[in-house]
Amino acid sequence: MLAFILRRLAQAFVVMLSVAFIAFMLFQYVGDPVASMLGQDATPEQRVALRAELGLDKPFPVQFARFVGNALQGDFGLSLRQGRKVSALIAERLPATLELSIAAAVIALVVGIPLGVFAALKRGTFASQVAMTVSLLGVSLPTFLIGILLILLFAVTLKWLPSFGRGDTVSIGGWTTGFLTVDGWKHLILPAITLSVFQLALILRLVRAEMLEVLRTDYIKFARARGLPNRAVYFGHALKNTLVPVITITGLQLGALIAFAIITETVFQWPGMGLLFIQAVQFADVPVMAAYLCLVALIFVIVNLIVDLLYFAVDPRLRIEKPAGGH
Amino acid sequence: MNTIVSKAPGALARFFDGDVWHSFKSSPMAIAAALIAAACVFCAVFANWVAPHNPFDLAAVNLSDSRLPPAWEEGGSRTYLLGTDDQGRDILSAIMYGARISLFVGVASVLVSMVVGVGLGLLSGFAGGKVDALIMRVCDVMLSFPSLLVALLIDGVGRAIFPNAHDTLAFGVLIIAISLTGWVQYARTVRGSTLVERNREYVQAARVIGVKPSRIMFKHVLPNVMGPVLVLATIHVAAAILTEATLSFLGVGVPPTSPSLGTLIRIGNDFLFSGEWWITIFPGAMLILIALSVNLLGDWLRDALNPRLR
Repeated sequence: MLAFILRRLAQAFVVMLSVAFIAFMLFQYVGDPVASMLGQDATPEQRVALRAELGLDKPFPVQFARFVGNALQGDFGLSLRQGRKVSALIAERLPATLELSIAAAVIALVVGIPLGVFAALKRGTFASQVAMTVSLLGVSLPTFLIGILLILLFAVTLKWLPSFGRGDTVSIGGWTTGFLTVDGWKHLILPAITLSVFQLALILRLVRAEMLEVLRTDYIKFARARGLPNRAVYFGHALKNTLVPVITITGLQLGALIAFAIITETVFQWPGMGLLFIQAVQFADVPVMAAYLCLVALIFVIVNLIVDLLYFAVDPRLRIEKPAGGH
Repeated sequence: MNTIVSKAPGALARFFDGDVWHSFKSSPMAIAAALIAAACVFCAVFANWVAPHNPFDLAAVNLSDSRLPPAWEEGGSRTYLLGTDDQGRDILSAIMYGARISLFVGVASVLVSMVVGVGLGLLSGFAGGKVDALIMRVCDVMLSFPSLLVALLIDGVGRAIFPNAHDTLAFGVLIIAISLTGWVQYARTVRGSTLVERNREYVQAARVIGVKPSRIMFKHVLPNVMGPVLVLATIHVAAAILTEATLSFLGVGVPPTSPSLGTLIRIGNDFLFSGEWWITIFPGAMLILIALSVNLLGDWLRDALNPRLR
């Protein structure tokens, strides 16, 4: 097990290093920081001086090491468009994105798993077929259209819910949260549903497929033969094993949620990192793009690691030492 | 490349001979999906002749006709069946022209990722060793990030490198951004089938009589691994069209002078609150229609080509 964890850590390290390298290349070859800092009428001497001051005349590995060192301290320089520190910009936007993603993940799990179990147990009934058809639509509809349709229905036609921004927020030690105000919750509903639809449909279909698979296995037949009530068979025995792959997919989808949040945030003008990133892409704001890339990669790597470790906690078969060379 | 083109009709003829065609005829879902997809493609390709107006002809567009509702709503006009947008362009015509751009970008991206993916997959499966390991590691890293994020990043870099990009260049950057996220699946699929085919007797026989490896790869192995690739490509077209629409909706897709369906939805989104829902909803409906029908076709094709399900 220790060897496994060490190998995963090494892999994570390599991934982070390559992402950092891509971010570094962005800085190196996209745009000229000296030109953008000095303006057009700088003398060649000034340019050379600034190059030396910024360390741009040093050899490539030294510059890369410096970049990684700065990145580790969260220093990605100044945003080209807003002239503020990138780290401050991102710190400001991070809570909004995380709260939105967490809310969407909770919706997807709390609604998706029971519906998936239901669709598997009541296979062939009208209700379960409705659930499957709707979930097919949920997987194939683009996120931004779902958001627009929800706005049209609930904000424009019925006027029940707001469709713009985060509403009132409370700041707790620099972390702005919308969870503590009624207005914040109201603003959260539509974006969170929009973001959760795809994951919800995915989890529903996955749980259903896994559950059907598990219900065919021998140990379920034995459980029935022992005379256990349906309830105990379904929820005590079958569901537990169904959830193993669900954990993996959910974990991996948590990263996807943060990426999909870009779209949701654009539709609802939600002031999160995604909106910041899309503006950075539009204006070719390299420092913001690089910082976002590194942060998202870090979140991905951490989530993947946690998922791998959870596997050990959930599935005892993996804890048995395997012969060397096996995966 | 020539070998692929010259080989394709033979392979295609075999596909649609017998079983597959029979399965198509007996599946109402597939027929309906094919008809809808064909209608969408027809309207898109022949937009010049089918569309009632030319939305890009500034002389024909009349600003006093702007924001007209669809014909059946109060205040609507017969001339503009689905209403007009803020600049007085006919929505129906804009959708047809927009679908053409969406389809073009979608199909072009699929073709590029197919060529890249199939090529790298063949190489990976055929060469093995370090080349294989390197290509597969790159695939792993690509797969661990959502494709949208990768496409956005490539698009952003493209914008940064060519800040005053010409329109055609913007199209190129977009197509490359979408196709660079899509090739991985082709590469993995083709590599898998190549590993199987590589040890077949016909390949060994070709080797024994001294056929060059590159010739074995393209002339003998390639035609035999193309089946799953075609299924993948069908489903991928829908995904590529949706990715294009998403990027255009986010404002980093096709140039605004040639609006795709995603751009139209983005434009309409600004008018949602003043009650002009048709500017957004109709392009959105067209997008769903295309994506859903192509997806259903792909699903059917997968089942039809899978001998285990027959």
